[in-house]
Amino acid sequence: MATKVLMEALSPTMEEGKVLSWLKREGDTVSSGEVLAEVETDKAVMELQARGSGVLRKILAGDGATVEVGSIVGIIAAADEDIGSLLQADPSKQAPPQAEAAKPAASRPPPKPESPAMAAAATTAPPSAGRVKASPLARRLAEDRGLELAGVSGSGPGGRIVKRDVERAAIRPLPVAAGTSSGYEDVELSQIRKTIAKRLVQSLGPIPHFFLTTEVDMERAADARAHLNGLDDGPRISFNDIILKAVAAALTQHRDCNAWWLDGKIRYFNEVHLSVAVAVQDGLITPVIRNAHMKSLRQIAAESRELADRARNRKLTPEEYTGGTFSVSNLGMFDIDQFTGVINPPEAGLIAVGSIAEKPVVVDADVTVRRRMRLTMSCDHRVIDGATGARFLQTVRRMLENPLAIVW
Amino acid sequence: MSQTFDAIILGGGPAGYVCAIRSAQLGLKVAVVERDKLGGVCVNVGCIPSKALLHSAYVANLVRHDAKTLGVTVGAVTLDFGTAIKHSRQVSDQNSKGVGFLMKKHGVTVIAGTGTLRKGKTVTVDGKTYTASKAVVIATGTRVKGLPQIGLELNKSTVISTDDALFLPMVPSSVAIVGAGAVGCEFADIFNAFGSAVTLIEVLPQILPLEDQESAAALAKSFQKRKITMMTGAKVSGANVADTSVTLDVEAGGSRRTVTVDTVLMAAGRALNTEGVGFDSAGVQLTDGGFVKVDANLRTTADGVYAIGDIAGPPMLAHKGSREGVFVAEVIAGKTPHPIRYDNIPSVTYCHPEVASIGLSEAQCKERKLDYVVGRFPFSANGRARATMETDGFVKILRDSRYGEILGAHIVASHASELIHELVVARENEYTVEEIDLAVHAHPTLSEAVAEAALDSLGRVIHT
Repeated sequence: MATKVLMEALSPTMEEGKVLSWLKREGDTVSSGEVLAEVETDKAVMELQARGSGVLRKILAGDGATVEVGSIVGIIAAADEDIGSLLQADPSKQAPPQAEAAKPAASRPPPKPESPAMAAAATTAPPSAGRVKASPLARRLAEDRGLELAGVSGSGPGGRIVKRDVERAAIRPLPVAAGTSSGYEDVELSQIRKTIAKRLVQSLGPIPHFFLTTEVDMERAADARAHLNGLDDGPRISFNDIILKAVAAALTQHRDCNAWWLDGKIRYFNEVHLSVAVAVQDGLITPVIRNAHMKSLRQIAAESRELADRARNRKLTPEEYTGGTFSVSNLGMFDIDQFTGVINPPEAGLIAVGSIAEKPVVVDADVTVRRRMRLTMSCDHRVIDGATGARFLQTVRRMLENPLAIVW
Repeated sequence: MSQTFDAIILGGGPAGYVCAIRSAQLGLKVAVVERDKLGGVCVNVGCIPSKALLHSAYVANLVRHDAKTLGVTVGAVTLDFGTAIKHSRQVSDQNSKGVGFLMKKHGVTVIAGTGTLRKGKTVTVDGKTYTASKAVVIATGTRVKGLPQIGLELNKSTVISTDDALFLPMVPSSVAIVGAGAVGCEFADIFNAFGSAVTLIEVLPQILPLEDQESAAALAKSFQKRKITMMTGAKVSGANVADTSVTLDVEAGGSRRTVTVDTVLMAAGRALNTEGVGFDSAGVQLTDGGFVKVDANLRTTADGVYAIGDIAGPPMLAHKGSREGVFVAEVIAGKTPHPIRYDNIPSVTYCHPEVASIGLSEAQCKERKLDYVVGRFPFSANGRARATMETDGFVKILRDSRYGEILGAHIVASHASELIHELVVARENEYTVEEIDLAVHAHPTLSEAVAEAALDSLGRVIHT
């Protein structure tokens, strides 16, 4: 079965990528997970991994080429598989050079209505480009689930998209929730939500960020940490672990911040999967602590350490850095007082953690020295409104200032 | 000195010989080992000769019943089963020779004799050793069996198999058929048309136990009209085999009955040809059901050994075996064939009316708690069927209520075996009931009933 190698969004903000160098050549055998090429993103040099096994049959964007995210840069298929149809099927997706201006929407072929019932739906979701080979049943399923067929790779004869491909594609973005139908709830967008989304995007770019900052008194958290670390020789608990634990616990009380912005709907999660930003040599990656709300502080400590180690050694599998529902980014160790983080879509929120510093503060009319830390929450305004984010951040602060509240 | 081939295939039935042809097409040097006639059970003592006899039965019924209404009056009708058998043998022989011709045409070496599998992709036939460089394919199939545990041992006179039935000089005056699956129902049709008093005995609650309940009921109604006795939910618990008759003890619905007939035809299951083929020593393991254990690529537990056809598991159908033969040939040749959709293999019973189906029965839809809609169209409302006086039966389509996916389709009709394929193609390509309707169907045809059943499932049937 042929697999298209697509330019992937290797950083949260990446829109296009430059192929620095292919590590595999046409004709090389590759297996799923292997690194195919080095890609320069807007932030760093990242690795493009194979999403299927077979032979790298065709490279469509050579070294040095800059292509949009989602463009086909190569094809992996069986040695003797006919990939001709794959090459022709989607010509406009074939790595257009960067210089080429975006085609006006009007030049796209009009969607071909399948039946009167489908025609109406098709006008609201025009295919992104060209003719997509798909079975009638697959088309219906995709339409019903709001899935763009152009992004689905087909396993039928000649790369035709069939039912199972749509079913697989529909579950791919949420590996954590697969099989647990109660893991989240999709809420269709109300008109006012749609209008807010549209207007905010127009004014602020793809994700309309806004920021909320609060200062947290970390005295009690620091004491608690010292006690815990003095108990035995288990994994040492860092401030960040305590923050992760508090954020996870707070998110269970504020589901409206534990959400994804998806095309046409908002997905609210009942489970908390925390993306934890880890600086790596030439960039940033966010391994995910699954079901963080159900894990003990000690489990979180052990897991975040292990994931960070493997992130630095580039041993993470895609499943380990995708599917998060909320992010935490900490630059406190670099003595950054406060900063604003960039949201990791489709997540709707992120907390940026600054350093803990001793400061003079007024407590009970006296000036005393306390350990203080600033948290800045970035919110996707399409999902989270000001007061919603503020209430959540308040819960996080209260939990950190009184760590017992985490287990309350 | 051993002869070497790329692939050696044990068995020249519809799985084996098709595998050989496809292998040869892909440039492999192939040998087929066959101990009997090429074409296997299907061509020689199965599908093909029984279709010839069923046509004789059809003509017998036609001239006796409908011909007069159609303006053709015939004199006294004489039925000669021996002549019907002779025709069926000619058809079989022609087909078997045809397979031989195809083997020659594709340069396939045919080795006559019983092949025994040895370790390391080696096969011996009559003391000679043949080695396969790429693969050995087991396609040894099945054979008839009796039920000796209840006294029904095959004896070629009073307790016979289908192998014997296909060579009878005349039909028995009374016959009990044990097993009312496709084979049992087809022989009930044949024997009844040629004048036997037929009793069809089935242990499961309906004749054609694997078919949709409505299909089975429609055939039962037709059989009843022709005075075929049917006992369902009936277990043969014992048998008293005399020289010229057999008395069966039958338990049904809590009561016991005896059925005395001239002949008993055993049509309940077949024995797998797994003995004496050298499986043990070659490392080929079997499943609990006695089939050869295979993976998704039909590889057995022995390196380089594949299994196809009946021996590789149900459904035991010639067309399933042939497709597996093509699939394995392509795997051996290093290709990646499209996976076989085992849930989309048609099943057909060729009695009158014919019964054909694809996919799920309504009972299976219920069992799986699927949200489905039924569309039906009776042939009594179809012009072409009226014209040929073959209005028995219907088309029934089970579709998913949300997307229109065709979950299953069931046809009882004079040509159900041909009509079903529109739905097989549709399902294979994931067409929904709407695509069936959108394709214009010629008028007047039996196929219109398929389109009408699709429309009926959408609540838009035209002709009822």
